[in-house]
Amino acid sequence: MRLRRTLTTWSFLAPALIGIVVFFLYPLISAVYFSFTKFDLLTVPQWVGLDNYRRMADDPLLMQSIRNTLWMVAVFVPVRIISAIGLSMLLSQFQRGASFFRTIFYLPALAPPVAATIAFVYLLKPGTGPVNTFLDHIGIEGPLWFNSPEWSKPSLVLLGLWGIGDLMIIFLAGVLGVPVSLYEAASLDGANAWHRFRYVTLPTIRPVILFAAVTGVIYTLQYFDQAAVAGSVASGQAVTGGGISSSFGYPEGSTFTYPLWLYTVGFRYNALGYANAMAIALFVVAFAVTVILLRRAKAFSGEEQ
Amino acid sequence: MTAVLERPAPAVSPDVRRARRQVRLAWIAKHSIAIALSIMFIAPVVYLLLLSVMTSDQALTSDYWPNTWHFENYVRVFEVTPLPRYLLNTVIYAVSATVLMLLSSVPAAYALAKLKFRGRNVMFLTIICVMMLPPQVVTVPLYLMWARYGLTGSLAPLIIPMLFGDAFCIFLMRQFLLTIPSEYLDAARVDGCGEWKTLLRVVLPMARPGIAAAALFQFFYAWNDYYGPLLYTSENENSWTLSLGLASFHGVHHVDWNLVTAATVLAMVPIVVVFFFAQKAFVQGVTLTGVKG
Repeated sequence: MRLRRTLTTWSFLAPALIGIVVFFLYPLISAVYFSFTKFDLLTVPQWVGLDNYRRMADDPLLMQSIRNTLWMVAVFVPVRIISAIGLSMLLSQFQRGASFFRTIFYLPALAPPVAATIAFVYLLKPGTGPVNTFLDHIGIEGPLWFNSPEWSKPSLVLLGLWGIGDLMIIFLAGVLGVPVSLYEAASLDGANAWHRFRYVTLPTIRPVILFAAVTGVIYTLQYFDQAAVAGSVASGQAVTGGGISSSFGYPEGSTFTYPLWLYTVGFRYNALGYANAMAIALFVVAFAVTVILLRRAKAFSGEEQ
Repeated sequence: MTAVLERPAPAVSPDVRRARRQVRLAWIAKHSIAIALSIMFIAPVVYLLLLSVMTSDQALTSDYWPNTWHFENYVRVFEVTPLPRYLLNTVIYAVSATVLMLLSSVPAAYALAKLKFRGRNVMFLTIICVMMLPPQVVTVPLYLMWARYGLTGSLAPLIIPMLFGDAFCIFLMRQFLLTIPSEYLDAARVDGCGEWKTLLRVVLPMARPGIAAAALFQFFYAWNDYYGPLLYTSENENSWTLSLGLASFHGVHHVDWNLVTAATVLAMVPIVVVFFFAQKAFVQGVTLTGVKG
């Protein structure tokens, strides 16, 4: 009887278990092995010890991609969270019209990243783009956006803010979940709007902020699509084979994110051993962030204990 | 409570009048900000729509408004690119990935949410780890695996894994299933239902919104996916999806911005349509991923 129940339970889990082993554990272990070898797709892997890892330290483009990724973590993640909180606070003020505005703010988050990126490169075109034309009208000389190394990453942040809808909805649920009685009590104590936000709302939504911070970092660590497409569209160069472009990272490597460089090393230069060493380094960082998340996971797992 | 419903007294003191003016000002401020932001969120889409019906010459200028309206641009997109092919591939990928994911992930989510067994926590933590780790970590070995079976250049490497569950969707559905009271399941068991029967007859009907949310996420993920198709299908144009087609389209036709934007609009339409039909399930799903279930 007991055995039968155990078997039933595992019959529910069998496909997922096989999936984890075949599509996650096995490739992860192979990646560790390959990271100690030198090979391209054509030859047999050749053991080289720690060479790939040593090579990482002397790779200027890798260092640049790490700097770019850290820039995104330091700027994009907080800006996204602050904007999402701002939007959700604004929406929480509405009784009527809330669902209308919510839909408007949410819709861009649905746009395919490739489509949204192409659209933004066009909107922000330095010469004739509508944004700079508009800025021109009000007497501001617009930057070169995706075409300048200083502005390419801020442009990506702008693109990211356009798609902020899903984070906004998560925060909105948190903000609306704050008990009204807390606000009333604070008002009786003479708290103004800022105090109510600072001492009532903010502490209550702290778990959501933590969740957003950690998932934001993870998201930034795998940031690929927008950076890849923006670089090749902005450079205006022809691409080959479905978007593999010689213009990745344009301009001047400023949009080379870590995953983009990993992909380029592995699938354009066929340095698969080296790419795997980069993958393992990424794994270590992402795993550390995940562990931090799980440590604070009460709000996340929904476990009632 | 009653104070709110009371009619205001005819004679109003200056204090009350000031308070009322403040409320009105706040109302105006809130709405102005919300409307201004709405315009900023919507403007790119409106601009794309206008651009997509311009001539290619006008699209290179800084005009906002089309001189002449060329709706035939949308037809020309089909003539100059294999758009139907891309569209078909995208539908195949998105639909089959969603269906297979549901078949494999619903039972797993049910077990994790409602069945007690040894190793449950380990299993759940593993699923969170899989969900959180960047796909690039396992890219190279997976690519080699599919290459060994000669399946690169097709959509199979993107679809087949869904037969074995998707970590994010399992997580999402588990969060939803936790909100279903266990009493219903106990009642079914007392009536002699086995676990599979309980799942099919009792849990599935109750969990429909959660399952719908997970299905939508999977569908949108696959529809929008760029990294997966780039990795596995870029060598074979017959297997390209819309994302891939769009990304290359600008390279070949980068002068014809009107056509590029028309294609971009076409790629977004199905997503928006699906969203409007399933808005509620979708919003609920987003909420469940970030907040206590």
